[in-house]
Formats: sequence, C-alpha cells, structure tokens
Amino acid sequence: MRFLGKATRRHALPGFGLTLGYTTVYFCLIVLIPFSALFLKTTSGGWEHFWQTVTAPRVVASYGVSFGISFLAAVVNGVFGFMAAWVLVRYRFPGRRILDAMVDLPFALPTAVAGIALTALYAPNDWIGELLKPYGIKVAFTQLGIFVALTFIGLPFVVRTLQPVIQNLSEDIEEAAACLGANRWNTFWRVIFPALTPALLTGITLAYGRAVGEYGSVVFIAGNLPFKTEITPLLIITKLEQYDYSGAAALGFVMLVVSFFVLLVSNGLQAWDNKRKGLG
Amino acid sequence: MAGATSLSLSVQPSPVRRATAESPVAKVILIAITLGFFALFLLLPLAVVFQQAFSKGADIFLKTLHDHYTLDAIWLTLLVAAIAVPLNTVFGLAAAWSLTRFRFPGRSLLITLIDLPLWVSPVIGGLIYVLVFGAQGWVGPWLMERDIRIIFAVPGIVLATVFVTSPFVARGLIPLMQAQGVSEEEAALTLGANGWQIFWRVTVPKIKWGLLYGVILCNARAMGEFGAVSVVSGHIRGKTNTMPLHIEILYNEYQFAGAFTVASLLALLALVTLILKTYAEWRAAQNLRNH
Repeated sequence: MRFLGKATRRHALPGFGLTLGYTTVYFCLIVLIPFSALFLKTTSGGWEHFWQTVTAPRVVASYGVSFGISFLAAVVNGVFGFMAAWVLVRYRFPGRRILDAMVDLPFALPTAVAGIALTALYAPNDWIGELLKPYGIKVAFTQLGIFVALTFIGLPFVVRTLQPVIQNLSEDIEEAAACLGANRWNTFWRVIFPALTPALLTGITLAYGRAVGEYGSVVFIAGNLPFKTEITPLLIITKLEQYDYSGAAALGFVMLVVSFFVLLVSNGLQAWDNKRKGLG
Repeated sequence: MAGATSLSLSVQPSPVRRATAESPVAKVILIAITLGFFALFLLLPLAVVFQQAFSKGADIFLKTLHDHYTLDAIWLTLLVAAIAVPLNTVFGLAAAWSLTRFRFPGRSLLITLIDLPLWVSPVIGGLIYVLVFGAQGWVGPWLMERDIRIIFAVPGIVLATVFVTSPFVARGLIPLMQAQGVSEEEAALTLGANGWQIFWRVTVPKIKWGLLYGVILCNARAMGEFGAVSVVSGHIRGKTNTMPLHIEILYNEYQFAGAFTVASLLALLALVTLILKTYAEWRAAQNLRNH
C-alpha cells in the first residue's frame, strides 16, 4: 500500500487499495479473461479459416441484415427520439411524467417478452398485421419486422442522451436570435439544431450499438431465413450448436470490432461536443 | 419530417406567444406525433402481452402458473438474480469508490472498460464463457474429468448473468459520486472516523437513491436476460430454464397463451422497475440539489 502516497496526494480517504484491487480482480475474472479466450479461439483456427468463416456468403448476408437494418432503425429513432425529447423537456401537458417514465420501457422489458409481443402485434392475422394486410405490407417474419424490433430497442438511447442537453440549452441564444429577427423556424435550424447535433449523433450511435448486438427481441419476429432475415448474433448461436467454436469465435470477433468502432465514434462525438462547449 | 413542416406554420406569430416558443399548432402536432409513436412502440407491445396472456381465459393463465416447469423457471430466475445482483452491487460500490475518490493512471480507461458488457452483444456474453468452460474450451476437458458442469448448467447461467449485469450499479454510482464530491468524507476523516464509519455513515446515506437505482436496473436485467443465458443454458426444462427461456420454449411449441402468461409476469416486473426507477431517480436528483 506504499504507492498510495502518490495517488492520494489530494486527500487521504482510505480504501484505495482494497476497492481498486477488488474492482480489478473481479473485472478480470468476469470480463477480461473470458474475452481473451475469444481472441485466442479466433486465432487458433488460423487466418485462412478465420477469413473463410467471416466472408462466407451466408455470413456476409447476415452483416447486411444486422448492420444495415440497425442503421435504419437508429436513424428513425434519431428523428422520433429528437421530437420526443423536445416535447418531454419543453412542453407541459397532462401525462408528461408518465410518458417520460415510459421511455425506459425497452430497457426494463426483457427482450424475449418484447420479441413475442411485437410478433403478436405484427403477425399477419394480429392487431397491426391485420390492418396492414390489405395493403400487402408484411411486417412479422420480414426485414421490416427486424426494423420494428430494433427501433423499439433503440428508442431510449436517443431520448435519454438528448434530454439533459435540451434542458441545459440556454434560452438566451434563442432570445437573441428572436431579437435579431429570426423566426422560430430559422432559430430552430440555425441556432438550436446545431447545438444539439453532437448529442443527437451520440444518441443515434448508442442506439446503433445496441441494435447491432440485439438478439432476444429480433429472433421471434425475424423468421430467421438464411440470406434474408438472419442476423449475425443468431449465426453465432447456430455455429455453437454445431460445435464450431472457432467459427463462433470468429463471428464474435467481427461483432466485437464493430462494437469497438461504435464505442470509438461515440467517445469521439462526446469529445467534439465538449470541445465545442469549451470554445463557446 | 412532419414536425419540421409543422414548425413552418409558425411564420406568423400569435401575439401572446413568447418568441422562444413554437406556435400552439406546432406544439400540438409535435405532442400528437410523440404520443402516437409512444403508443405504437411502447404501449401496444405492453398491452398485447396482457391481452394474449388472458386470451384463452384465466384457467390457462392459472394452469401455466401452476405448471411445475413454470415454477422451476421462476425459482431459477430468482436464484440467479439473488446471486448476480449482490455480487454486482459490491462490485459497483468498490468500483465507484476507487474511481471517484482517487486519481490514478488508467482511471478513465477503467471507467470505459467497465461499460464493455453493455456494448457487446449479449450473445457474445454467453459465447466467451462457452469458450472458457465448454467441452472444447480452455478448462472444459479438465472440468469434464472431474465431472463439474458449468456450461449447460446453473453456474454458467449465473456467470453469463453476472457478466451482462456487471456495469449497472457502477454506472449509476460513478456520475453521482463524482458530482457529490468528497468534502463530507474528508470532514469525517478529520474528525477521526475510520474507513467503514465514513462509508456507512456518510457515503451510503448520500448515495442510497443512486444505489437503489442501479440495483433495480441490475435486477431487471438479471431476471430478464435472454441472449447470454440462452447460449450457456442448454435449455433443459426444469433444470436450466429461466423465465425468458421458458417463454421461448412455450412459444416455439405454439403454447402462445402459456408463453404470454410467463411474459406477463416479466412485464409486471418491468412496470414495477420503471416506477421504482423513476422514484429513485427523482430522489437522487433531489438529494444532489440539496447537497
């Protein structure tokens, strides 16, 4: 514990060694060591095998489904999440608090429950499915169904990222814009929207990150047809069921790289936002 | 974007309206769109769970609840949460204490890494444990010789759940404890309190609502986790079946009313979680303001 002298120069609260030691050991046991198994298993099959696995046509098709539909869902969440965050922060109307609490439902509702509920809503002979049937629109068991599930799962991220930022938006600049003769439309697009852009993009990125890895809510509504509605996480499970551990690890590795990239983008966006605030 | 077009209606401001507010028409339209979106994506899925659960009458609902496989699944879910939540609560407290009370090299990296389980697919959360403990995994053969089962058994389910839920308490506490600062703890220290006294009498009362918030979310995820648990469980009825997995089995056997019965229990849990969470959040914010 002698090295603590340096780390705790500012004050001498006790427990540094104990808590940091416990945190590190626990984290290594639960997260880091199992993750290293993933890396080792990925490389154990050799480069050739890895490349063959991650570029197999069925796997590539699943990237399109997972990464592409997640993107669309995240963008739609961006539009509606922005509106919802604005309405929840700026307007006062009956039921606002309940609506605000409801935003977190996709966090709180187990994904399997969400999955079967959405399937029951959108299956051809059920609630919404029935309404859409005359127009020839099929949702459940198509890519549109995956989109619905991923939109559901990503909604809280955009709203919850934007809310505090809208809350802290100073009304002074809006007043200044109004004084200088800008109408509300101009003020919104030239003053408010640019100030919220980093938070909006962060929210969209977070929603995307969640959607890419989502499994529970998608497998029920997707139909899971190879090349059409099969997501990459499902392929990992399929490979595990065939005892193809290194194949599963290879796909897991690809997904991990994507998650890491999403994390980088979101951290970058936050740094950008902080920098802009620092300048402003 | 419907909201955008509605904003353009506000070119001619009404006299009573403040310059920094949208026109009433735009307001109503925006609120209506939000309500519609929420009804479609949040309210309807919730409503359909309860409607389907009772669609075949209360008899089927009660019969499913009395089925011993359902009871086994409920029991296992409670057991897993009873192990995972306390473990991750202690972890969250230790992490928040070390990361907010001290500065040290690698601190911000650790803060980022703690969130890792939230960033990766839950399926990967299960996969990594299969790669360690599975038949072809690191220690799999060694465990098999000694007839110790982790994968396709309860320990694997617990491990996967602990992995997936590990960030929740820490995430709830770190920003809160950072915002609260350490002046009160330091005052207690100067007055001669020891570490445990400071923790229990100064810190815990300050952070209790934030702690509760994290524990509630951790519990909700522990009881509802599907992807990670599905990978390691092996789906053995009555043995390694948690409630979400039981829902899947019933659903795939076309016992829809049964699946939705179990789902309705988890949906109730989600509603209770939302209420408690909102309350804890509100109290935590209040505490911070009074601070």
